[in-house]
Amino acid sequence: MKFIDAAFECETGSYHTFCPISCVAWLYQKIEDSFFLVIGTKTCGYFLQNALGVTIFAEPRYAMAELEEADISAQLNDHEESKEICMQIRRDRNPSVIFWIGTCTTEIIKMDLEGMAAKLEKELGIPIIVARANGLDYAFTQGEDTASAATVHRCPAINMTIPKNEICTSDGDSSYEFKYQSQFKTYKLETHNLVLFGSLPSNVASQPNSDLKRQNICVMGWLPSHQYAELPSLGEGIYVCGVNPFLSRTATILMRRRKCRLIGAPFPIGPDGTRAWMEKICDVLGVKPQGLKEKEEKIWKNLSEYTNTTNGKSVFFMGDNLLEISLARFSVRCGMIVYEIGIPYLDKRYQAAELALLKATCEVMNIPMPRIVEKPDNYNQVQRMHELEPDLAFTGMAHANPLEARGIDTKWSVEFTFAQIHGFANARDVLELVTRPLRRNLGSIPSGRNNPSRQEPLCC
Amino acid sequence: MKSAYWMYAGPAHIGTLRVASSFKNVHAVMHAPLGDDYFNVMRSMLERERDFTPVTASIADRHVLARGSQEKVANNMNRKDEEQRPDLIVLTPTCTSSTSQEDLQNLVNRALISSTSDVISADVNHYRVNELQAADRTSEQIVRHYVNKAIERGALNRSVTDAPSANIIGMSTLGFHAQHDCRELKRLLQGLGILVNQIIPEGASLKDSKDLPRAWSNTVPHREAGPMTAIFPKKEFGMPHVSITPAGPSDAADFIGRLEGYINAWASVLLEKGVDYEPYVVNQTRFVSQAAWFSRTIDCQNPTGREAVVSGDATHAASITKILVKEMGIRVRRSGTHRKHDTEWFNEQIQGLCDEILVTENHTEVGDATARVEPSAIFGTQTERHTGKRINIPCGVIPSPVHIQNFPLGYRPLLGYEGANQIADSVYNSFNPGMEDYPSDVSGGHDTKGVVTKLSSNKEDLKRTTESQLELSKIPGFVRGKIKRKTEVFAKQNNILEITIDVMYAARESFSP
Repeated sequence: MKFIDAAFECETGSYHTFCPISCVAWLYQKIEDSFFLVIGTKTCGYFLQNALGVTIFAEPRYAMAELEEADISAQLNDHEESKEICMQIRRDRNPSVIFWIGTCTTEIIKMDLEGMAAKLEKELGIPIIVARANGLDYAFTQGEDTASAATVHRCPAINMTIPKNEICTSDGDSSYEFKYQSQFKTYKLETHNLVLFGSLPSNVASQPNSDLKRQNICVMGWLPSHQYAELPSLGEGIYVCGVNPFLSRTATILMRRRKCRLIGAPFPIGPDGTRAWMEKICDVLGVKPQGLKEKEEKIWKNLSEYTNTTNGKSVFFMGDNLLEISLARFSVRCGMIVYEIGIPYLDKRYQAAELALLKATCEVMNIPMPRIVEKPDNYNQVQRMHELEPDLAFTGMAHANPLEARGIDTKWSVEFTFAQIHGFANARDVLELVTRPLRRNLGSIPSGRNNPSRQEPLCC
Repeated sequence: MKSAYWMYAGPAHIGTLRVASSFKNVHAVMHAPLGDDYFNVMRSMLERERDFTPVTASIADRHVLARGSQEKVANNMNRKDEEQRPDLIVLTPTCTSSTSQEDLQNLVNRALISSTSDVISADVNHYRVNELQAADRTSEQIVRHYVNKAIERGALNRSVTDAPSANIIGMSTLGFHAQHDCRELKRLLQGLGILVNQIIPEGASLKDSKDLPRAWSNTVPHREAGPMTAIFPKKEFGMPHVSITPAGPSDAADFIGRLEGYINAWASVLLEKGVDYEPYVVNQTRFVSQAAWFSRTIDCQNPTGREAVVSGDATHAASITKILVKEMGIRVRRSGTHRKHDTEWFNEQIQGLCDEILVTENHTEVGDATARVEPSAIFGTQTERHTGKRINIPCGVIPSPVHIQNFPLGYRPLLGYEGANQIADSVYNSFNPGMEDYPSDVSGGHDTKGVVTKLSSNKEDLKRTTESQLELSKIPGFVRGKIKRKTEVFAKQNNILEITIDVMYAARESFSP
């Protein structure tokens, strides 16, 4: 695998992002029979309570095990304490699996979560999966990566004696007939041992399933699945492919521990990414892709109203959720000029194909390759932004309002983590998000010298 | 370990940051792992703050844990010193530094060597105090630091101002309607002819600390924030403070009465005549505030005798209970607070005003107690609002923790005479929907939702596969109808007789903007 010769930089790592424990927000919704227990302090609880906003009131399947002073100083037995809470969870919710989310504090006091979980699992009869999604090691979406990586170990080993066409059931559409009839075409399905990883809302996940089916590729399963019991079988001979750029640990574990073969593709974000992703899968599985080019073109044609808005606009990614490379690549393809791609962590091997596509896209669109800044320093970035004056900044909420007050349009980056951005059909949603701040400023407010809602830039 | 997913008061460092970022030109450096700077998000989002929040996290990662954080934190503080030249840098401990037992004073000493700013470390322990206690403590610590500094330099100005004056203590960022309360309190003092000497911490400049003792009296409107800060000058300079919360007409009158006493102590000497605030109180109560009149109107007969439950921080819960019972004739079945360490004061305040007192930090206990009582209205935090939603009882949100809608743009104080108007509106509106629902339920309801969603699905010739039905059900309710219609239009245009998942996607892809 060859790395591209782009300029990579690394700064101080003083940047704002969400704590990785935020992954419980979408994972508990994805894995319907799960329960997430975050073992941490009031700080963790306060973050979840405020960051998750209204979901906290919908009786979510997660809770805090709040560590008190007696836990920290080991006056209480952590095994007994966690057992009591887990028994309560079993009584009240009866989940099929409990995820323990380890935090900074459990790391610092070196609580043996894995050891405790193994013991408790036997006592309680419920699988307990430990994910150390803490702010000492990870940023935001990487929380999902740790949880998925931990789940890999629970996937059943594949049994090659099962006839291939019987294991071809995929997320949500197991009742599909093999002589599958459609208005468009009749498919003859061939089975490929493909498992996709990455947590997507189930209505988004069923789209790549059916898109790939159209290419005669059947998705065997997803990691994570929407029920714990439906985790896909893994083993030698299984191909795996990621749908999100932040899943490098999961990819590594899948390859090293379960001997799966990783398809290194760009990520299915934007029509260009989706097409490249599918082509790469087809290529590896020896299938000739059909109709993808036409489909991509058709999507682009439908997006022209948005791309008219984005064309020629400059954009700055401050970096907080690891989707930045893919979003930047898509933005470049939409005619935008990317000044800087901040990113918390860049796995150049896992993202190699995405980086290559970014480079190729820059060449096609005839713009310079943007600088990629790993572990950015937000203070320095704001200084750079004052010089560059980008039309749009992708940034966290901590900086959004202050930047708006200084005349820089912003897009709240966290929205991309929660919005549906994958696949052909959702390209529109991505652009809807990207262009919203730009459209908001087009003409609707009579422009004097400047937008009246704006203040003069304050000193900083 | 304690199982929980909702807490009424945040962790200690939030309190410290609220105070530090309220002072002018003070920068807080947190010793914290990645993601713990969530305070910046809250301030930027809830307060809709135009400026960057003066809080930086010195990120504690694996390396910091392994080597100790000496250099990194000190360097970060020096860097902030150079970049932003704050008057003061407050090193803020978090649960991480409490757990790893960092020697913060040592870090402060190191930073002081090369820093032009003052540097202190906030004296709060994550495991011992919560947000509110920490805020009070930090505010006191900063004030004490600067007053002592002024004493050392001999710059402290202890001569009281010529005209009557007061300090307002305890107004900080992210407080419940704190900005509006602050403005209303200033207005009230102005109306009494009392100068506002200083407001602490909101917008206060540390350079002015030397003039703090010049006020004739301190006012501490919120029980949660400021008492410690007021006790310090009381001990040091004998400055009296009024700690009555001027919410509702009668407490406002008490507040002014107490203040009058303190002002008169100096007035007889300095002004050679006493002050009399009685006419002001009468005028305000009768003409400015509508609340006293409102409680006599026919409208206010409706809620009379109806039942309510109250919970929140000690200040707001006690004030609201008093207003509900004394001013509006509402029966309070249960009043409670999450301020466990302030139980005694709370009990004393609402003695005899409610049937039951509940002091707990556990929101499910509060929810269960509410469900048992089945009041006509709830006054509580956002959690109680959701309890209300679940059991179908209207709720007025009175104190933190709150959401963005509790940071209104319009002028919504809770203190003073305008505050009394706002509270009366809020109370009345909380009861009113309850009344509205009642007759409509009796007359069979007017919910036509069931009909609306079926409007355009009259194309009986279209079939849906079970999968596409399932797919449709996964789409969020508020757009489901629209997507369903568009898919059907698409199917018709393309002469498709059966809607499958593929058709749905094809339709979605073809929607023109």
